[in-house]
Amino acid sequence: MDVYLDNHSTTPCDPRVLEAMLPWFTAQPGNAASRSHKWGYAARTATEQARGQLAERLGCSPKELVFTSGATEADNLAVLGVLRANRARGNHLVTVATEHKAVLDAAKHATTEGFEVTVLAPEPDGTVDPAAVEAALTDRTVLVSVMWANNEVGTLQPIERIVEVCHARDVWVHTDAAQALSTCALDVRAVPVDLMSLSAHKAYGPKGVGALYVRRGRPRIAVEPLQYGGGHERGMRSGTLPVPLIVGFGACAALFDPSEVERVRGLRDTLRDGLLAVGGVHVNGSAHRLAGNLNVAIEGVEAEALMLGCRDIAMSSGSACTSESLEPSYVLRAMGLDRDRAASSLRFGVGRFNTEAEIAYAVEKLTAKIAELRSMAHLYE
Amino acid sequence: MTVIYLDHNATTPVLPEVFEAMRPWFVERFANPSSSHPAGVEARAAIDRARAEVAALIGARPNEIVFTGSGTEASNLAIRGAFRGGRVVISAVEHPATREPALHLQRQGAPLTVLGVDGSGAIVVPDALPSDTAVLSVMHANNETGVLQPVRALADLAHAAGAVVHADAAQSLGKVPVDVGALGVDLLTIAGHKLYAPKGVGALYVRDGVALQPVIRGAGHERGLRPGTENVAGIVGLGAACARAGADLDALSARLEGQREALWARLRDGVPGVARNGAGAVLPNTLNVRFPGVSGNALLAACPDLAASTGSACHAHGESASAVLLAMGIPEPDALGAVRLSLGRSTTDADVAEAAAMLVEAWNRLHPEVSHRSR
Repeated sequence: MDVYLDNHSTTPCDPRVLEAMLPWFTAQPGNAASRSHKWGYAARTATEQARGQLAERLGCSPKELVFTSGATEADNLAVLGVLRANRARGNHLVTVATEHKAVLDAAKHATTEGFEVTVLAPEPDGTVDPAAVEAALTDRTVLVSVMWANNEVGTLQPIERIVEVCHARDVWVHTDAAQALSTCALDVRAVPVDLMSLSAHKAYGPKGVGALYVRRGRPRIAVEPLQYGGGHERGMRSGTLPVPLIVGFGACAALFDPSEVERVRGLRDTLRDGLLAVGGVHVNGSAHRLAGNLNVAIEGVEAEALMLGCRDIAMSSGSACTSESLEPSYVLRAMGLDRDRAASSLRFGVGRFNTEAEIAYAVEKLTAKIAELRSMAHLYE
Repeated sequence: MTVIYLDHNATTPVLPEVFEAMRPWFVERFANPSSSHPAGVEARAAIDRARAEVAALIGARPNEIVFTGSGTEASNLAIRGAFRGGRVVISAVEHPATREPALHLQRQGAPLTVLGVDGSGAIVVPDALPSDTAVLSVMHANNETGVLQPVRALADLAHAAGAVVHADAAQSLGKVPVDVGALGVDLLTIAGHKLYAPKGVGALYVRDGVALQPVIRGAGHERGLRPGTENVAGIVGLGAACARAGADLDALSARLEGQREALWARLRDGVPGVARNGAGAVLPNTLNVRFPGVSGNALLAACPDLAASTGSACHAHGESASAVLLAMGIPEPDALGAVRLSLGRSTTDADVAEAAAMLVEAWNRLHPEVSHRSR
């Protein structure tokens, strides 16, 4: 049985999402920027409807959304775009060691352009302490970037409190919510972040499209574009809009169903309990985590060996984006796990299309394989 | 009612066979190509196949192809990624995806040279380029007039000055042969949706040994030049579209050129005083004409079942004359009468006849006194 438990890496397109996208590939070819004919008008109507669907999901205005090629671009646009466009406000960024590479590498690059970057260490459970954020703020701080939920350990960050301490100091907050879109209520009225990165393919939409939410208001959050051209997306992101992908993004946002979250959480709990029953298995991270996330350290077992032994179960030993590296997860290391425990850790992402039978099969197969690997390991007694 | 799409330079429909190649990669074979499990490995293999298909169409090696989210992104990566100080050289008729990054570098202090074009729409090749030229970026074919540019001659001058050479082949690829060796370029922009692949995917050819700085930072996708989870379905579509383009390029070009000339003959016979914009070597599918005494916008508004454009779609706001046509020395009142008709794979002979009839009829309605005199 093939069981896909890697939904943090990417999710399948929901068939309903593909259905919504279909007309926009071949039958409706218009360029949304074409003003001189109805094909262009139809394409623009479709992208604006999708923008409305995503805005409704987030509780924002459609005018506050900029479509990008994905969350990586959105993170770069937020971090580099805001720093570069607001030099008059300051030169300092605060972020966290467990952020996605898209934020961390953008931050690292910012230091080569003269910006100062503070990288906070998380608590051992992966949580960022709002007091630590507050302590890091200076008069020159422009932006704080903390993800809504971690992509490896699923830790839900206290974004609301972080926003409070930052706004009290007139500092903007960006959050990478790529992992949160599939299972979290994301309402920018309730949690008034200033910028939010999103990705469709982590929430049953297509790869190749994401968005950046940029709060409108005063003072206006200026964002310097990463790419220049025809001035699309109010000048913040030039390039022909990928109509089918944007339609798919809107459709996947509209399919969000809070009742599904509890079902996913139930499956995840079954998986967790099944693995804990093996013995010598420890949960990494906080109890306050994404509904579909499980990250465990398995004593006496190399994560890579377990993955090779269970090739019909898709899981990962870190984020997919860094899977070509043989180093254990930098996220787990930043949380204080030693090298051995990090190297024996596995990430599972349960999602919409998983079934109880799949979870039962995964527990059975993993349990047997763990026992086998341990019996082969001379050092494990 | 017949509806006719003659705006293929703005965007093309995804070919049904291209979409069929893409289809499995949305729902069934959806894995992240960076994942080490078998499903991820399979997605990685699909990307590698597409990379080889794209490379084959332009005479490149697969490892010289970097996938991006669009042609605009590819041109930004080329121009800003190659820039290390020095002079930037572009032409007066570039697409905004080239012009705007160049202007951005100029705002940051780089000297900028803008090469002019002659009355035919071709860039005037100077005797030499300034010795401080660092980046030359010119389009292979103009998006509005279809005029093919002297890329090779300009590339040789730029290389003599020690510059990196970028060409934007968004419009030319799939319509005329594009070979990076023959063109002598170091970087080449490809836009999927201009050649029957989907919107949301593009590519940049990066000659082996040419060092670029990424525009977007993150995990090490695309050799570190373009991080972000790959748009697998889109990339597969671009590969399939390139394979198809290479398979019947000559036959398609010949057919489109014949249809384009038939369209022009009907317009010339029906509209006294109509004139062509652009001359010499022109893309086989592109006809840019100016109608006397009417605005192109008004003319197209009177043809609601015909899709065409009056300028490039990316800056189609308001009633200002095309900067490309003005750069060619066409007076503004005449330039305002311009319409770009761009044919494509699905265009039929009947479409051409019908489109010409629509335009002639609309022109007669909008401009009765001119047509009356001519009768």
